[in-house]
Amino acid sequence: MSNMAIAQRKLRQGFTFPSRGRILIYLCALVIVCWSVGPFLWQMSTSLQPDRELLSSTPRLIPYPITIEHFVNIFAAKSFHRYIINSVIVTITTTFLCLLFGSIAAYALARLDIRGRFRVLGFILGVSMFPQIAIVGPLYVLGSNFGWLDTYRVLIVIYLALGLPLVTWVLFGYFRSIPQTIDEAARIDGARPLTIFFRIILPMSLPAVVTTGLLCFIAAWNEFMFALAFTSDINHQTVPVGIANFTGLHYVPWGDIAAASVVVTLPLVIMVLVFQQHIISGLTGGAVKE
Amino acid sequence: MAITEVQSHARTLKPRNIRFKLWQPGPFVFLLPTLASIGAVAIYPVLLGLWLSLRDTTLASPTDTFIGLGNYLQIVSDSQFWNAWIHTMQFTTASTLLETLLGLMIALVLSEQFRGRGIVRAAMLVPWAIPTVVTSKMFGWLFDGQNGIVNYLLRSVGLIPHNVDWIGSPDFALMTIIIADVWKTTPFMALLLLAGLQTIPGTLAEASVIDGANAWQHFWYVRLPLLTPTLLIASMFRALDAFRIFDLVYVLTGGGPADATEVLSTLTYKQLFSALQVGYGSALATIMFITEIVIAVIFGVFLLRKMREVGQ
Repeated sequence: MSNMAIAQRKLRQGFTFPSRGRILIYLCALVIVCWSVGPFLWQMSTSLQPDRELLSSTPRLIPYPITIEHFVNIFAAKSFHRYIINSVIVTITTTFLCLLFGSIAAYALARLDIRGRFRVLGFILGVSMFPQIAIVGPLYVLGSNFGWLDTYRVLIVIYLALGLPLVTWVLFGYFRSIPQTIDEAARIDGARPLTIFFRIILPMSLPAVVTTGLLCFIAAWNEFMFALAFTSDINHQTVPVGIANFTGLHYVPWGDIAAASVVVTLPLVIMVLVFQQHIISGLTGGAVKE
Repeated sequence: MAITEVQSHARTLKPRNIRFKLWQPGPFVFLLPTLASIGAVAIYPVLLGLWLSLRDTTLASPTDTFIGLGNYLQIVSDSQFWNAWIHTMQFTTASTLLETLLGLMIALVLSEQFRGRGIVRAAMLVPWAIPTVVTSKMFGWLFDGQNGIVNYLLRSVGLIPHNVDWIGSPDFALMTIIIADVWKTTPFMALLLLAGLQTIPGTLAEASVIDGANAWQHFWYVRLPLLTPTLLIASMFRALDAFRIFDLVYVLTGGGPADATEVLSTLTYKQLFSALQVGYGSALATIMFITEIVIAVIFGVFLLRKMREVGQ
């Protein structure tokens, strides 16, 4: 039955009370939404409440009175902007390099004549399953030999290698879906592979590239262990390390922590919600195809 | 074989192709930056770690001697290691099972058509996007022993008589970590499974309705068998990821109280960067690496068997 026919029938019947199954589904949906966004909403609410409200015996869900003291505090007293600047530098550089190297590799694997392309792809993917704890020690030894500790470049190089498998994999899938005739036409016109890539394939794949870049950005922005191991001063530590180090002398500054969480998470959440359709297909594509 | 070789030689001898070859780097050059950085940051360090694990070496002192499997023997008789091993296994099993089951349930709900489905899917990306460190702090506050809202809510409905120190007590700390991980990762699991469900052709649903199958039979005999490969792949990735959990534990409890939440990653990290035992820590890391391979192989075998059954 077409949607039209269903709609017409519904109109004839007038309003019908949803069936028990429908109600159950809406109830489940409501629970899922509350469970997913509830903790973060509580964090936002916490960031706007003065300490004495947070420590009172009955918590207030809606902040009243509203205060911005925690936001002032994290920047004025804790120089939180230093961490943000460090994170932005590391993350943007990583994302750019990841996209550059990863997209060229994905292009070569997807559309050029490479013997054993699936073996190469499998190798790249296999590496992404390495437990990171297995490389942090040796990399630390190497890093200190090079004098690279407490630098941006050590984090960028590591995040680059950690992000490349995902970028290559997702873009490989996308590039494969572009008809091969486009390359052939361009090649007949005398274009070289790199020209074809930068002038034709890449612009055609912009949505996929933006999504992959976002995934890469989030991964680098959120990474904690390497940042913790390789940086020890505020001039190079990233946001996760900064937040992890937020502890008071006598009590835990929950309000400040909540404010910092909101500052670094809200932009991510907004970006994710804007690009959600692309992110879901980018993330789930690899597991379901095959 | 010989003929194709001659043919390919003949092709390269054509003048147009020679020019192409001279100007063009081979396609493999395009892979170089990627392979080089992966080699430098993943392959080489793993090999170096293997080498370091056979040595008695620390970051603080200049001693560095080859001791063969000495570190490994020491680990096997180290009660701290087995303590962390048990916690890691408990965490991996519990979180993988819970996340797969809950994820499947959520995916089944979302595979139905209903108004506002897009909003639900969008909301589910929020836990995934939040940095794990923030998640840890967030759950630290939710489950705080004095002013946590979880204590307040449970007290209000009468489930607990007085506040429970969720994170500070050895009995509940690991459970709290599991809950935090389930919160953060289940939505992603659900989205993976949902994508898998959506590849099942709608005609199969119609066919089973015509054959008189009820919703449960449709799920159990039609959708579940077809979803099994996706289910196995997703839970394999989840198990591999859960096995190396670090951020949540390190930030939420630091392995405490009284080592009640110490897992292999945090133990290894402490050996490497607090005790500065590079050799011993590398041996621990190598054991973790080998365990991950074993987990992947077990899932791989299951997956292959299932795929053969389904006939894909």
